Amino acid sequence: MSPGEHGQASGARYPVINTTASRWRRASFWLAVAGLIALAFADLEIARSSPGSELLRMGQGFLAPDFFSTDNLWRALANTLAFAWQGTALAALFGFLMAMVWHQRWVRSFAASIRAVHELFWGLLLLQVAGLSTVTGVLAIAIPYAGIFAKVFGEFLEEADAAPASALPASGQRLSVFFYARLPLVWQAFKAYGGYRLECAIRASAILGFIGLPTLGFHLETAFREGSYDQGAALLYLFFAIIFTLRWWLRPALIPVYLLAAIAWAPPLFTGRLDTLVRFVTVDLVPMPLRQGGGLTELWQWFAMLWQQQLWPGLWQTLVLGLGALLLTGLLSLLLFPLISPLFGNRVSRTAGHGLLVVMRTTPEFFLAFFFLILLGPSMLPGILALALHTGAIVAHLTGRFSESLTLRADAPTGLKRYAWEVLPRVTPNLLAFLLYRWEVIMRETAVLGILGIHTLGFYIDSSVAEFRFDRTLLLILATVMLNLAVDALSRGLRKRLRLKPGLGL
Amino acid sequence: MTFHLENARLGHPGQVVFASLSLTIADGEKVALLGPSGAGKSTLLAALRQQQEASCAWCPQAGDLVPMLSVFHNLYMGALPRNPTLTNLRNLIWPSAREKSSVGELARELGLQDKLFTSVDQLSGGQAQRVALGRALYTQRPILLADEPVSSLDEHQGLALLRQALGRHHTAVVALHDRELALQCCDRIIGLGDGKILLDAPASTLSLGDLDTLYQ
Repeated sequence: MSPGEHGQASGARYPVINTTASRWRRASFWLAVAGLIALAFADLEIARSSPGSELLRMGQGFLAPDFFSTDNLWRALANTLAFAWQGTALAALFGFLMAMVWHQRWVRSFAASIRAVHELFWGLLLLQVAGLSTVTGVLAIAIPYAGIFAKVFGEFLEEADAAPASALPASGQRLSVFFYARLPLVWQAFKAYGGYRLECAIRASAILGFIGLPTLGFHLETAFREGSYDQGAALLYLFFAIIFTLRWWLRPALIPVYLLAAIAWAPPLFTGRLDTLVRFVTVDLVPMPLRQGGGLTELWQWFAMLWQQQLWPGLWQTLVLGLGALLLTGLLSLLLFPLISPLFGNRVSRTAGHGLLVVMRTTPEFFLAFFFLILLGPSMLPGILALALHTGAIVAHLTGRFSESLTLRADAPTGLKRYAWEVLPRVTPNLLAFLLYRWEVIMRETAVLGILGIHTLGFYIDSSVAEFRFDRTLLLILATVMLNLAVDALSRGLRKRLRLKPGLGL
Repeated sequence: MTFHLENARLGHPGQVVFASLSLTIADGEKVALLGPSGAGKSTLLAALRQQQEASCAWCPQAGDLVPMLSVFHNLYMGALPRNPTLTNLRNLIWPSAREKSSVGELARELGLQDKLFTSVDQLSGGQAQRVALGRALYTQRPILLADEPVSSLDEHQGLALLRQALGRHHTAVVALHDRELALQCCDRIIGLGDGKILLDAPASTLSLGDLDTLYQ
């Protein structure tokens, strides 16, 4: 991980270093330094006295799951799926419409800003207006996902071959041209991405239970908090079963059936009062000094107080946790990708590796953080471990899959020599690209982990909601948006500078 | 005798290149393999390598270098099998002075001294080919098996480099497409075609015209 200055080490006898690998090495070195500094500042205490015995009890629960004691288990499952289906459908529709006018700058900015706010934060805001209802669950998923769909669909359309459309005779039929010569080129990609988003939406829907919505997460949280690990395990197994069987039950012909069933099960009817919404937007979200008739001085004092007490500590802790998690994610990816790579091991070890990675990347980082919090007690450690395990498994999976495309020469060494000399240099650009892409996601999730009690921005957001100080909620959410946009820009800049190829499947 | 094949059936999965091939190559011979593309030169080289894996320095046609690593590292990789893993890792991260001087010496002979710490992805095709042959040299084994090792170099450079490479190995089998080069450098010519050996004679008894028949 050294910057590698050996060219100059012994005088002018050797030419200077000018290798592609040294650029990546330098970048990884500085990222690692940033991560180490973050870890030095991070609170990594194990607050619980006997994590071992708790882990044992949890393990027993997972070995003997209880599928029958949670009365509302099947109801929770149905709600989870209903919210996910409706949210995804709505998001796909609006995302598609935005993608059609993706060349408009304001559309792109609008999509970027709605997807920068996490589903759980949308949920917290919507709860105040629509209460514990289907509308809250569906919109919490649909709003950010519409922004994501718009970006992905928009980029698919931009990258598609423009020749078929330009070969058509010039006419005013722009819509016809779109449906005949542009949409068919990307339709398969749209469908595949929609399936992936549905899986994400099921995860998001389950997690929304942690803020009170009647989905799997609600019962999962209750069961684990009360130490009923056998019941919690049953919920988690059910969740896995849904996700793992997705590719068998998700058939294009059945989509209308699922969608109608979702709407019939949980009709998205707005039961709140319109004046609540108006009051929420025009009064509750307005900063307190302005609401009380104060001027700019009071507003500034209010902001300075919040900056000192909440914004700065929240931003700092989010950044520290996120950077520490990024370092650990990188290390884990380096360790884990050989498990599934055809260049290492045998059929048995690869199957086991695939199994391990699938479980790690399917379990949402939010769930993982929750389990680690129960095991280890409150500190940054649970958050860092959860983010690193989940993201590390994703990056290792993508890197391992990429390594399938490498062919080594007949006399290539084996084992550690093969890893260090033949494989690592070749996979580094992809691994770094995947890691930097995921950095933004890590930061988003880091902020949200605050809802579990880790002192990142989400902690202050959750507290402000509990205190009905929604003006603070809005300001804090804006801070997470700013942080996300900054990290995204930094990551994009780094990728561009290192000339890393865009990774597929992200 | 170094290599011996008798009625060998060689090829790739699902495709037989040689149905029945018999061939003996003795210790100390410098053999050129000639023949049109697809005649099975690479297949034969791979089969020979399997017979003496531990004594062969290998220079495959595509070079198969690690493009993002420097010339130094790609040359040093020839030494991976003979050095302990820890030494190898150390030289990957922080090359030792000893390795720098011995690999540097080889780079000078290859005309790559200015590029020692430039990565292979920034080299020309000819330079990269010299690195590939250099790696085989740095493997320091008695037998050289090389597949078109100088095809991207100009005549003079190719001749000089091939002579140098052959001089450093006790035995060598080299696939070539340049017939003149084969006659100049090697002492035995094996011509391949139609799934068999069409010609096998000492280079001193052959003329360019004799070799032309291989390609008709």
